[in-house]
Amino acid sequence: MVLTPFDQLTADEKYDHFMERIEKGEKIEAEDWMPDEYRKALIRLISMHGISEIMGALPEKEWVPKAPTLHRKLAIMAKVQDEMGHGQLLLRVVEDLIQPLGKTRDHIMEDLFTKRLKFHNVFHMPAPSWGDAAIIAWLVDGAAILSQTMMLNTSYGPYGRALKRICQEESFHAKHGESLTLALASGTEKQKAMLQEALHRWWESLLTFFGPKSKQETGHTNVDIGIKYKLRTKTNEQLRQEFLTKYVPKIQLLGLSIPDEQLRFDEDTQEWRYTEPDWQKFKRIVAGDGPKSDERLALRRNSYENSQWVRDALRHFKEQASEHVG
Amino acid sequence: MQREDMVLCELLYQLADDNFILAYRGSEWLGLAPHIEEDVAFSSINQDMMGHAVMYYQLLEELGAGDVDALSHCREPESFRNAILLERKNGLGHYLENPNYDWAYTVVRHYLFSVLKQIRLESLYHSSYEPLKQAAEKISLEHYYHSMHWETWFTQLMSSTKEARHRMENAINYCWQEFDGVISLGRYGKEICDHQLIVEEEKLRNEWLKRVCTTFGEMQFSPKTSPGMESGNGRNGEHTEDLTEALEVLSEVYGGDKQAVSW
Repeated sequence: MVLTPFDQLTADEKYDHFMERIEKGEKIEAEDWMPDEYRKALIRLISMHGISEIMGALPEKEWVPKAPTLHRKLAIMAKVQDEMGHGQLLLRVVEDLIQPLGKTRDHIMEDLFTKRLKFHNVFHMPAPSWGDAAIIAWLVDGAAILSQTMMLNTSYGPYGRALKRICQEESFHAKHGESLTLALASGTEKQKAMLQEALHRWWESLLTFFGPKSKQETGHTNVDIGIKYKLRTKTNEQLRQEFLTKYVPKIQLLGLSIPDEQLRFDEDTQEWRYTEPDWQKFKRIVAGDGPKSDERLALRRNSYENSQWVRDALRHFKEQASEHVG
Repeated sequence: MQREDMVLCELLYQLADDNFILAYRGSEWLGLAPHIEEDVAFSSINQDMMGHAVMYYQLLEELGAGDVDALSHCREPESFRNAILLERKNGLGHYLENPNYDWAYTVVRHYLFSVLKQIRLESLYHSSYEPLKQAAEKISLEHYYHSMHWETWFTQLMSSTKEARHRMENAINYCWQEFDGVISLGRYGKEICDHQLIVEEEKLRNEWLKRVCTTFGEMQFSPKTSPGMESGNGRNGEHTEDLTEALEVLSEVYGGDKQAVSW
């Protein structure tokens, strides 16, 4: 049998070969041939994930200088640093994917500033008290662990490897969040109230964290493509159900109330029932029209523009050095 | 408290507060550094430096000065012993609103401080107070990398674009006017040295000038004057409004509920 070299195959044959690899559970690497739809889905997924890590540093960063004790200051600094580190790791993965399209990290930043690149709905929300820092670290990170763990076996090798490290660190964050939450829940009335108010503020955002159930809620979803290419293995609703199963009993155990009278576990269907969140509001938030969207984007944009001279200087220094060597 | 312990505490406050307040200023940069890689690296340095402050505060706690969190969060500004240069804001604006921070200033301030910190640590290896000697040995393992980090930034920005050079020289000139306040051992300086806790201010100054001017020379830069102390001596409790504001921010949560026993 004579094998045709891969680059002489027709587009359809290449696609079939690619899908066979996906079906067999093989990992795709950055240099491998991939259909445009797959590359686009990866770029959308990983750049949104990466930039969400970076934008996600901003609400918690507000509490870094204010963290109550030396120990808490050190812990939250380390946590927010990890988030930035995850952002870096993921942007490196995206940089390899966009390189054949002639794009760089600067383009990713541009897309963020012009709201073409979306970041996660939770990071558009305000975090006005130390209680929010606790809820974010405990429940937002808890939710993130569920969706990231689900993608550990993703078909794209570089993303899977980045996620492995991210998940390890996220589990420390959830412990940090649990510790902050426990301290407040077992503290003074003022501390308890701070925590309870924060939970009320965050509940709807947590429910929408995993995205809509189906196209009906927001008009479109990327879940189908994700499952077809084995980028993910569970639907948004499956993840939300897992989250509720894991956290509702813990929240109740702490004596906190959840602001949803409809919330209950239905023994017949073995599913959680909850009040459907406002998906139109969710859609507006993700499009960049949330309570803190513009403020946080402005913070990111200004700091980026203020330090343009530094990046220019570094580039110049590097060029000088390579000329010198050359 | 014995006079000898009081003198020892004075030095420990200087060492603790310098590291604490500069790490705090560094933490305000989180999420705003010139690139993501630096954000991660700088945050790591800030954590180390705050960790160094914790070690010094612990020595104070052991001497009966009070609990480490109270020492760092509840003292009045005038009892802080950090140098004024280290408490100054990172630039215009607030860390939450329109922070127009100056990276050149941050690089220069951290670089100049890292050289002095290294010299102080080398002297503390021979301190008569054994726990301080041990702390210095631990701290220098991490500080080695901080020094390298800031020296790299310093030399690269000094030898790149005209704009970078201009910004860096402005930053050096500003820091230079205040740096003698960082070198100072304060009004108890002589007693601190008499107890052989650390070497004399004069020796610290000369060694610092020697090392810094060697790097300056390689960058074709020479300062026109001796380092000054224009805004006052933080070692004697003289401070600016910047410290008062910083202390309000960093103790907002801790001081927000006096009944709270745990956070």
